[in-house]
Amino acid sequence: MDPMIRLILAQGMLGLNNGVFYAMLSLGLAVIFGLLNVVNFAHGALYMLGAFLALILYSNLGPWLGIDALHIGFWPALVLAPLMVAAFGMLIERFLLRRLYKLDPIYSLLLTFGITLVLQGVFINFFNASGTPYPGMPDSLKGVVNLGFMMFPKYRLFVIVFSIIVCFGTWFIIERTHIGARLRAGTENPELVKAFGINVPLMVMLTFGFGTGLAGLAGVLAAPIYSVSPLMGANLIIVIFAVVVIGGMGSILGAVVTGFSLGLIEGITKVFYAPASNTVIFLLMVIVLLVRPQGLFGKHG
Amino acid sequence: MSTQTLTKPMLKIEGLHAWYGESHVLHGINLELAEGQLITLLGRNGAGRSTTLRSIMGMVDRREGSILINREEFITKPAHRISPDARIGFCPEERGIFASLSVEENLMLPPTVGENAMSVEELFEMFPNLANVRKRMGTRLSGGEQQMLAIARILRTGARLLLLDEITEGLAPVIVKTLGRVIRDLKSRGYTIVLVEQNFRFAAPLADRHYVIEHGEVIDVIEAAEVEASMDRLNHYLSV
Repeated sequence: MDPMIRLILAQGMLGLNNGVFYAMLSLGLAVIFGLLNVVNFAHGALYMLGAFLALILYSNLGPWLGIDALHIGFWPALVLAPLMVAAFGMLIERFLLRRLYKLDPIYSLLLTFGITLVLQGVFINFFNASGTPYPGMPDSLKGVVNLGFMMFPKYRLFVIVFSIIVCFGTWFIIERTHIGARLRAGTENPELVKAFGINVPLMVMLTFGFGTGLAGLAGVLAAPIYSVSPLMGANLIIVIFAVVVIGGMGSILGAVVTGFSLGLIEGITKVFYAPASNTVIFLLMVIVLLVRPQGLFGKHG
Repeated sequence: MSTQTLTKPMLKIEGLHAWYGESHVLHGINLELAEGQLITLLGRNGAGRSTTLRSIMGMVDRREGSILINREEFITKPAHRISPDARIGFCPEERGIFASLSVEENLMLPPTVGENAMSVEELFEMFPNLANVRKRMGTRLSGGEQQMLAIARILRTGARLLLLDEITEGLAPVIVKTLGRVIRDLKSRGYTIVLVEQNFRFAAPLADRHYVIEHGEVIDVIEAAEVEASMDRLNHYLSV
């Protein structure tokens, strides 16, 4: 194989690996923005919370309980941590955000920004601010796979496949099922949906829980790849908002496709001019804002 | 003015007040109807007819008074319990067809509220136009198709009490005629219906009783048998 093509494919795979996290996080943001009209600034912090919960379940819970042999591993954490983050999200919605719906959306943005700072502060206080590696990667996902053009870590391949399934599963639920139809109707005319006998406040709370749960899930998936640090979400959220702007606010498909594509573009940019790989997304954001301000998949002009 | 009290009212509203924010819209509405009856709410735009329906559905900011449906009090019920507990189907003035949902999705959206609901096949028989556009998105329907969908949607839930707000507004005469046939058919099947209507010629042959509403109050009640004799009064109320 031509070495140039090989390099592009390899960087593309690594880029796709970042794209996975862009897609999953912007998907959660899109779900929340679509139904609640809330820009959830705390999304990055909830991603961080998911990663920390995986770490705590593996490393800290045992010593805290006095059972040194207790390590709750990756697979249980992949279920438990997102559920815990979702539960935390639902508490935020029920007791804090719900009070702000009648006000300008800027208030909920400020609230979620505040939650971000509090969460970061708490974890910086109790954990290593510079990051802790996650030791719980399952043996079955250790090692590498030969893709023909490169040796690729088995775990990262798992993350890519798993995330694609989660993203398109979410898209399918929202766009193609009865539950999804209720969510879409609730976005358009919550008052009438309520009058039809659907408990809209409950639906909103569960949706917020689902969106934040996706952030938690992304956090668990990220833990074995990146080190678990209190600021891991803060670094990512800026890129995520760029993804959301490029894809179009509130568009489910837009979030997924744009997330994966921008990861790819970022990776491939590394091949040609590495220093630009960190800025190429923002450059695209500027172009999209100038040419098509509603985003590539946005409906409203 | 008739003030006879029904022995077994299905819907009985007494002293209903309603507010949107600070604005006091209904000032003590009284009305009732028995099972299988059809009443109309007549009056000028802004008189409070739509607000009366929206108050029954809990779609106002605040409401006071009494709304008895099958002798159960609904004034304090949360909005999402009203339709299932009272078996009400509501057809809002702006039709409320969801643009991001297909015809089928719109049809299946409201949860079932009772037994003996009409099946989708029955509904497509009643509204043949809808059968041809079932996969189409809600936005890409004509006004008549939207109105038929809005009615079909609540019949599918098994609702027995139908609140229909301005269903003939802005529709071609041929469609208005079809809707008239549908309403007569529904009445013969035993549905109880409250019709807010601007088009008196459409409503007159269907109704058992007419309530005239002005400034958020019922100012006159006219039984179907008295309509002929009350035409002068009616013309006065409905003239713009």
